[in-house]
Order: sequence, then C-alpha cells, then structure tokens
Amino acid sequence: MALSLTVNGRNYTVDVEPETPLLWVLRDNMGLTGTKYGCGIARCGTCTVHIDGQVARSCATQAAAAVGKRITTIEGLSPTSTHPVQVAWTELDVPQCGYCQSGQIMAAAALLAKRPRPTDADIDTEMELNLCRCGTYQGIRAAIHRAAAIAGGAR
Amino acid sequence: MTHLDITRRSFIVTTAAAGGGLMIGVAMSGPAHAAAGMKPNPWERPSDKAGQEINAWIVVDPDGTTTIRVGQSEMGQGVFTAMPMLVAEELHVDWKMVKVEYADGNRHVRNNNLYQRMSTGGSGAVRNSRVFLQQAGASARERLREAAAQAWSVPRDQVVAKDSVLTAGNRRGTFAEFATRASQVQLAQEPAIKQSGQFQLLGTTLARLDTPLKVNGTATFGADVKLPGMVHAAVKVVPVRGGKLKSFNFDAIKGRPGVIGAYALKPVDTHPLQTRVDEGVAVVADTYYRALTALNLLPIEWDLGPDVAQTTTAYKAKMAEALKQPGAVGRNDGDTIAAMKTAAKVVEATYYTGYDGHACMEPLNCTVHIAADRVDVWGGFQNPPGALAVVADHLGRQPVDVYTHTTFLGGGFGLRARNHEVRQAAEIARQVGNRPVKMMWTREEDTRHVRGRPAGMSYLRMGLDASGMPIAFYGRYAGHSAAAQNNPTSVANGLDLGSMNGIRDHRYKIAHNLMEGHIRNTNLHTQAYRAPGYEHNLWHFEQFIDEVALAGGKDPLQLRIDLTKDLPDWQMVLNTLKQKSGYRRDLPRGEGMGVAIGESFGSIIGMVAKVTVSRRGQLTIDKFDVVVDCGNLVTPAIVAHQMQSCVVWGVTDAVYRELTIDKGAIVEGNFDTYPLMKINQMPVVETHFALTGGNKWGGIGEPGCPPAAAALGNAVFAATGKRVRDRLINQTDLRWA
Ligand code: FES
Ligand code: FES
Repeated sequence: MALSLTVNGRNYTVDVEPETPLLWVLRDNMGLTGTKYGCGIARCGTCTVHIDGQVARSCATQAAAAVGKRITTIEGLSPTSTHPVQVAWTELDVPQCGYCQSGQIMAAAALLAKRPRPTDADIDTEMELNLCRCGTYQGIRAAIHRAAAIAGGAR
Repeated sequence: MTHLDITRRSFIVTTAAAGGGLMIGVAMSGPAHAAAGMKPNPWERPSDKAGQEINAWIVVDPDGTTTIRVGQSEMGQGVFTAMPMLVAEELHVDWKMVKVEYADGNRHVRNNNLYQRMSTGGSGAVRNSRVFLQQAGASARERLREAAAQAWSVPRDQVVAKDSVLTAGNRRGTFAEFATRASQVQLAQEPAIKQSGQFQLLGTTLARLDTPLKVNGTATFGADVKLPGMVHAAVKVVPVRGGKLKSFNFDAIKGRPGVIGAYALKPVDTHPLQTRVDEGVAVVADTYYRALTALNLLPIEWDLGPDVAQTTTAYKAKMAEALKQPGAVGRNDGDTIAAMKTAAKVVEATYYTGYDGHACMEPLNCTVHIAADRVDVWGGFQNPPGALAVVADHLGRQPVDVYTHTTFLGGGFGLRARNHEVRQAAEIARQVGNRPVKMMWTREEDTRHVRGRPAGMSYLRMGLDASGMPIAFYGRYAGHSAAAQNNPTSVANGLDLGSMNGIRDHRYKIAHNLMEGHIRNTNLHTQAYRAPGYEHNLWHFEQFIDEVALAGGKDPLQLRIDLTKDLPDWQMVLNTLKQKSGYRRDLPRGEGMGVAIGESFGSIIGMVAKVTVSRRGQLTIDKFDVVVDCGNLVTPAIVAHQMQSCVVWGVTDAVYRELTIDKGAIVEGNFDTYPLMKINQMPVVETHFALTGGNKWGGIGEPGCPPAAAALGNAVFAATGKRVRDRLINQTDLRWA
C-alpha cells in the first residue's frame, strides 16, 4: 500500500506493507543507505534515526507509525556535514570501519539536543544501545564532549 | 625518551632511540568539513579528469591531484591513509593533493599480479607491502626528476622534488607538467628507498582520508550497493552444519508481494571446503525486507545430518580426555620430563576457551551481476582476487571476464578473507539470471554460520627451582583445528602448530620446553579470526605465567622482565610498561592491576589492566596501559586507535560472549544472546610507544588482541583472588569478603 513519509524535509510516497520497518523503507525504497542494518531487534543502534527529534531505532519502527512525523537520517543531519557532532567526529577521526557511525552520530546529536553539556554518565546511559565492534568508544566519548564545546561556541 | 602530548588525541608518543630514528607524532587534524580523499564508491576513480599514470599506483591529473591506488581493503584499520603515506613519503607529493582509490582486482589478475599483494590479513598491510609501495613512490619521483632534468638540460641530481613541485635553480615546474614525460622515462637503475631515520611523512599523524565519508553516511559498504534493476536475496542455511536441505514449498510464499523466486543452495563437493556453499535456501524479492519476510514464512524441511547430538559439554569432555594423553609434539627443547622431576615446585593449571565469531557490525553480503560477456561483483572483500577467482570458478568464466568492485568493509577481522559468501551470492545470481542480485545475511545467520575462532583447552605445567624460577615447561593443547578442515594434508600427522600459537612459541627463557597438541574438531567450521591462535592461547598462557610467578614468590611483571633479559625489545616494552602504568600489587582489596605481553605478527605488545571489583562481584575495567613495539610507525593515531580496538576485542571475548553448541547448532543468535562490549563498559586505553626502529616493521591490527584478555584476567585475580580459567569472566562469581 502507498505510504507518505517525510524524510529529511522531503516527501516520499512508497509502496510497502505498512508493517515494514522504517529501516528497510529508507534503505531499499528511498535509497538512503546511510542508515544501517545491524540486528533488526533494536539491540545495536546502527539504524538510529530521529523521529520528531527523538532517537528511534528504525528497525523497530513500523513505516506506518512514522507517517506524518518528521524523520531525520544521517543524510539529513546537516546539508554540509557540519553539525557539531560531525565536526567533532572529523577532528578526532572517530570512525574505524564506519559501519556503526551513522547510528552513533544520530544518537549523539539527539543526546546533545537534550543535554547540551552531557556528563560521562549521560553518555553511558544514552549511548549504551549503540554498539561498535571496532571499539571506537573512547573516541565517541571524547567527540561528544568536543561537540558540546563546539556547539557552545568553542573553536 | 621524548614525550609529546598530542592535542585532542588521547595518546602519548613515547619514543626511545634504540638504533632507529625518532618517530614523533604531530597532530594534523583535517578541517572539520574536509573533502574526502576518495569517492563514496571507493572502487571508482576519485577525480573526473583524465590523469597521467606514472606507474600502476600513481596517477597525476592536470591540476596536480594525485591518485594513489591501494591494494589493501579498508575495514577500519586505516589502509586508505597508511598505504598512500608509504607512497607519498617517497613521491614527495603534496599530501593535500592526494586522493585514493582501490587498485583494480581485474587489472591485477589480467596483468600478472600487477599490484603484487591484494589480500588484507595477517596484520600485513604495511609490513608486507611497504617495500614495493615505497619503491613505487621513489621510482615515480625519480622519473619526474629525470623528465625535468632532460627538459631543463641539467643533471637529475640538481632537480629537487618537493610538495609536487620540481625545481632546479630558478627553473620550476609541477608534477602535473612533467607527468607525461615521466611516464616515458627509462631509468638505468631504480632508486633506493628511504630507511628508518630518513622519513619525513611516516611517523606523523595525518587526518584519515576516509573520515568525511563516514560521518555523513555516504561511504558505500557492501550492504549499500545500489544498481539499476537490482533484486535482493535473503538466505537461510541448514541449522546444523553438515545437514542437508530436503525440500521447501515455494507455493506457500509465491503470491507474496515482490517475491521473485526461491532457490535451493546445494554444495558441490569438488569445490574447496573454504568456499563451498552451505546447504540452504535463498528467497529473492524486490526489496530485502520482502525477501526476508517470505523466507521466514517458507516451509523448509531439513535433514539435520549426523551431528545433531553435538554439544559444548560433550566437546569439552572430549578435549579434557585428550589432554590426558601425550600428543603430537610441537616443541621439544632440552629434556623437560627429566628436568620436571628435579623441580622444587610444580605449578599446573587447565584453561579452556570456547568458540567465538567475528560479529562484524555489517553482516555478510555480496552483490553479483552476471551478464553475457562479463560478471561484476561488489562487496567488502579482504581478498578481491580471491573473490574474482571464486566467481570465475563457480560460473565457469574466464577470470579476466570477472570484475570486482571493493566497497568499504563494515568490519573484516578475517571473516571477509575467504569469500564463501561470494560463492553463495554467485550461486544465487546464477539461478536468478541476468540482473544484479544483492545477497545479505541476517544477524542471526551471521552469528550461527560464522566461520570463526577455534575453541581450545590447554593443560599447562611449570617446574620451578628452589628460588622460584621456572626451569621446565610442559604444555598440552587440545582444540579445534581450522587446518584440519580446510587443508587436511597439512596436519596429516595430527600436528597443527598454528593452533598452539601463543603457547608453543613463547619467548621466555626457560631451559626445557615440551609442547604437544591434539586436534579435536566439532561439526562447526572455523577459519581466519583476529589474531587466530594467539587470541585464546595467550589468555591461557599469560595468566598461567602469573600463576607461576605468584607460586614462586615473584612479582609477575618482574618475572617477565627476568625471563627476557636476552631480548632487548621485550625489555624495552616491559620497562616502559612498568614506568608508564605505575604497576603495583599493593592496592586495596577489590582493586587490581594485571600485566600480560605477547609477540605476534611482528610486534610486541605489553599491557597493564587496572580493575575494580565490588564486594558483590561487580567488575569495572578502569584502564589499560598499552606499550607497543612495532619497530617503526606509519602513523601513530591509527596505531593508538587499533590498540583501543584490540583491547575491546580481547575483553569482549574474555568477559561477555561465547558461542556454544546444542543439538549440533550454535545456540546464540542476535546481540541479545551474543553481546558485544558497550560504551559504558569501555576502559580508558592509553597507548605508549617503545619503538625499536631499525628494519623492524610489525603489524598492528591483531597483535594487541591477545594480551588484553590475559592482562584483564590477571587484574581480576589481583583484585579478588579468583582465577578465571575455563569460562567467561561475567559468568564467574567474583564476590569477595
Ligand atoms: S538494526 Fe536497529 S538497532 Fe540494530
Ligand atoms: S567503527 Fe566499525 S563498528 Fe563502529
């Protein structure tokens, strides 16, 4: 059936079963492959997107439930890849293989929107669901603090 | 010793002059929105201009943009930055003008292994390619100088090449201006390459060229390949390895939306086991989710085969039984049996580690398009020419008609080295016909059908003299042998030396050593892993060395120093570790530091772990100090990142997860039952260098994994008095009173 979804400010009409996870609609129907499949059961975070500004695991979100909402993926986080999280990530060369990083960045951006100066404990709580097999966690933690500083006006 | 704190990069470079040049890292963060050094599709040419190829590795565009081709695959370990640095060091190119692309697997095969080495594994990217990559850069530079020398009628030695510019007196030209001429220059003799101590670029930290693509979602992984007319395949293979597909009922799913077909996957026995297709079924549809949903609804009947009774418990009993018997001798120096009889004290222990899998964040996948005159293959290949050969073999095509397109790899760690998933995808595409087919595994398939790390059990015995010094070591190993499955003739006498790596080849000065091994396999299939052999065996051996030290009344770190007096590079690593980590054994109960060290893939890596364990047994891993001797460095930040990665790897396998077998099948499936370490479990990892320089170039991707787990185990013991020998740390009662 035809569903209408708003992703990164653009309207898409897709022909999918309404229970299709948003993840696969983004990837296969819209070609937005920055959002990754890692587990399909909301246990790894590689598929993290924002729905109305809140963190959502797109593998566990039915497409029909996202109709009428504002969906943001890694491709839409910043038109110039200069969101403070992306700037900090680049400065610190956080990614290794990179596969988990879209999800990490989306989760970090949502965390900063909620808590502009997150503590290590905030990071532990909010980022716990985002796994990284390459073990970039130390860089992620440092980059979140750096992104907070950048967003706060630091150079 | 020189110390340099690097701004905003959480590691410290410690260099020690031991015959080599000083390698001091310099932070050079790229601009925040730096342009990527390659295309999102990294197999595509990074510039739109027609460039001039100087040799197979180097292309110079009219605007000076210089493409350096990379034969290794980017799976996070930084080859897209480190490999071009090796070329650029000699080429004297302006680094800001460097772009990269993968070397072309088809061209490599067509031209008699043009790129020399296109596999990625064994922590060998730098150490096994360095010489020919430096040579490619030096040879191109000399041709550019010679071209300018001829044009300006001056001797070549008066032409200076620097930052992509050639000068001689007041004459000046760019690499771009002379590239065409340079490509035609014949040199009487190829130039010598630079040696340790002469480097300017190597040893510095440059921003990774691939980062910009990995912060905005554009980097193309195998799972992300998009092609016109492409269809998607989901696969399920027989749950018990060795079983067979009896039948499936396609009619039950035929009418479902988007479904194109269901196909039986049948192995062909003449195919090598390493790439043989497992028995199973593929469902193909217009989207992956439709394929997967239909597959899950497809009635399938399996013949589970002869191994349905296999369990981990039975397997462990089989290994324990084997350890009672002498095995095939893998090391025998001195007279261990006699020396053991003279020992004042004997220490013995049995250790066990189960199977584990790579759990790359990107599940296995591969895309194949079979056309009349050519076959194209996309994926995260650790060995593109191997993938090409498998496809050619499977489809009966000429290798030169197969084109590989290597994507970014969402983790590799050895899993993507053998190309069994490539044959599987080729088989599905063969049945589908002339359109691109992208095959992808689910997380559960990826866990349960992984060809991962062997399980193994070690019985270790050490004889000590009256002063507590080890005099005789006797080890017996029983475990899964990948070689016994993949290359049985190589272990025909029952001896798999590789399976004993990390114990058999220890470097401690002990006069008498005897090491024996038994091969005991299950129906699981194992293959390349991150630091195979070493990873679990060093967990056994380096914890055992701690047991030996304590039994002999020695400090564990000091004993390691005393047993390696003849090995200057070990001494440097251990002494640096002692100094940097503040290693001590007088911490309050519930806190502990543990040390471990290992040498593998050409590098020596020592670690001290610091932990806190609450009275109720809650473990917190506070810190790892890591000391690296990889001889020489290409770029310190990437090494420091690999050390963090290795610590996470070793700790994950020791603490959190294990693959177990019940009814012949792997029990664990997704991350709920087969977890990975999380950010809130991550210790601080500080990397220090103790570089011995000279001609030593050690690997980096793997050798940090083995000592991590043992250092942790030793720290846990120091904190709690509990020695974890045969199970996961988080399954162990660590309470203390
Ligand atoms: S794919 Fe959604 S959380 Fe793992
Ligand atoms: S960077 Fe590889 S999984 Fe996180």
